Amino acid sequence: MGTSLPARRRLARRRLERTGDTLYRDALAAFGMSVAAALGIVAAESAKLAAPALRRFGIAFVGSTQWDPTADRFGALPFLAGTVLTSAEALALALPVGLGAAIFLSEMAPARLRAMVRFPIEMLAAIPSVIVGLWGLFVLAPIMRTRVEPLLARTGLPILSGTPVGVGLLAAGVVLAVMVLPTLTSLSLDVVGAVDRAQREGLYALGATRWEVIRRGVLPAAKSGLFGATVLALGRALGETMAVAMVVGNSPDMPHSLLATGGTLASVIANEFTEAVSDLHEAALAELGLVLLALTLLLSIGGRLLLRRSVR
Amino acid sequence: MTAPSRPVVGVAALSAGFGDRTALRDVSLALEAHAVTAIIGPSGCGKSTLLRCLNRMHELGAGAWVRGRVTLDGDDLYGPDVDAVQVRRRIGMVFQRPNPFPTLSIRDNVAAGLDLNGFARAERDDRVEAALKQAALWNEVADRLNRSALALSGGQQQRLCIARALAVEPEVLLMDEPASALDPIATARVEELIHELKDRLTLIVVTHNMQQAARISTRTAFLYMGELVEYDRTEALFTNPKERRTEDYVTGKFG
Repeated sequence: MGTSLPARRRLARRRLERTGDTLYRDALAAFGMSVAAALGIVAAESAKLAAPALRRFGIAFVGSTQWDPTADRFGALPFLAGTVLTSAEALALALPVGLGAAIFLSEMAPARLRAMVRFPIEMLAAIPSVIVGLWGLFVLAPIMRTRVEPLLARTGLPILSGTPVGVGLLAAGVVLAVMVLPTLTSLSLDVVGAVDRAQREGLYALGATRWEVIRRGVLPAAKSGLFGATVLALGRALGETMAVAMVVGNSPDMPHSLLATGGTLASVIANEFTEAVSDLHEAALAELGLVLLALTLLLSIGGRLLLRRSVR
Repeated sequence: MTAPSRPVVGVAALSAGFGDRTALRDVSLALEAHAVTAIIGPSGCGKSTLLRCLNRMHELGAGAWVRGRVTLDGDDLYGPDVDAVQVRRRIGMVFQRPNPFPTLSIRDNVAAGLDLNGFARAERDDRVEAALKQAALWNEVADRLNRSALALSGGQQQRLCIARALAVEPEVLLMDEPASALDPIATARVEELIHELKDRLTLIVVTHNMQQAARISTRTAFLYMGELVEYDRTEALFTNPKERRTEDYVTGKFG
């Protein structure tokens, strides 16, 4: 006895569905792999372009403080330092403001204010970086030169010493802070807002004040998400090019102070690539790109590892 | 309706709601000390709102309003100089869904309320142990107090939340459908616990489960559409209801 017709039809349909599932899964896998492939291709192409510099300087490139295109001497350290210093400054400035704004909007502000403020915050993230750079150059830099930097120089700290010139690492850090602030605030607001209401109520019911609910309930629960938001913001700061190139001062010297002019990995590539004086110069710029890529990768991998440990 | 012999929580002409919506209308009742009072009624009848007015949790919602009086041992809980935070330290609460703090260990979960008050280390451990014993959870967790609270089963998590509420030694414990997210065995354990706890404090339990109300409570209040329909000794309310709506509800004609 064979199986009945409807049963056979059902089987055929099941088989078709299985084929569909397989196709779907393979297509998604291909999309997933293409992301990793894109990263690989970027790294390989940069390495090819950087080959002459890689052969000539090797790993010493990263530790060398010399950047002199006319003498064919190239080292990444001044720009690596500039990148790290400006990004760290940007985070130091933006984190308290962004987190504070997110906590205020989520925990204290009335819902209507939260909705009203949200839109402009997200608009702020859409301002082209060249516009922020112009603001940095024409509005921020003069203020830095005449008011902020003389004040900071008076502290006598080596990191804040030097002649106030307005443009420089300090101004670049402020510009970066302005640029990462909207992303940081908006992501933090999402993360803080996503904390389960039951967590807040559990603490309120124990007789916690609003501040205690935020500190003992909301922040611990949001910790990993806030960390993720910070890593994303840092990633943006590390790679930001145009606005930084406009205010950082573009000097290839090893920065001795935040008040000094300098450059970042991204800004020097943008500034010099079209005017590279030699093949080696071009290759060295490509190698700077590799260093930046490695820095961002290291950061996100490190961030993830830290995150995994903190989440337990 | 017979009045309770030793009232501890008094509710007088209490109305509450959100914005232009009224969830609770002119409710008055006196809740007996060292007893279990059940609040029953269909979904949306205002039973949770009533409960949340008793420890001033209701007012945390957006647009929430409360009118009327609530007293605890004669103290007006909505008086002008009364801090809601202090009220909540005297009146604990357990929620429908177990809500242990996920980043804290079992010990720190129980001590969460103590930490808000800054207890000394030695006393803290003693009170954690006492609270876990009162919540009938000590034997199951004594050897893993430092493990995450999320490693516990749902029923254990709910008893952990009860221990957490008990650790600060409240005078009244409010329970909002404390067993509705639990399986039958875990439910039975929580009901057993409610029985044991009434020697120590006053319990007020919201439930949509009438059998549960009948099993655990000495007195029952029936709410319908924001109004208190009937409030009596549990046995009387279930076997000899005076109001038609109560009878229809407890016999399963609606709800």
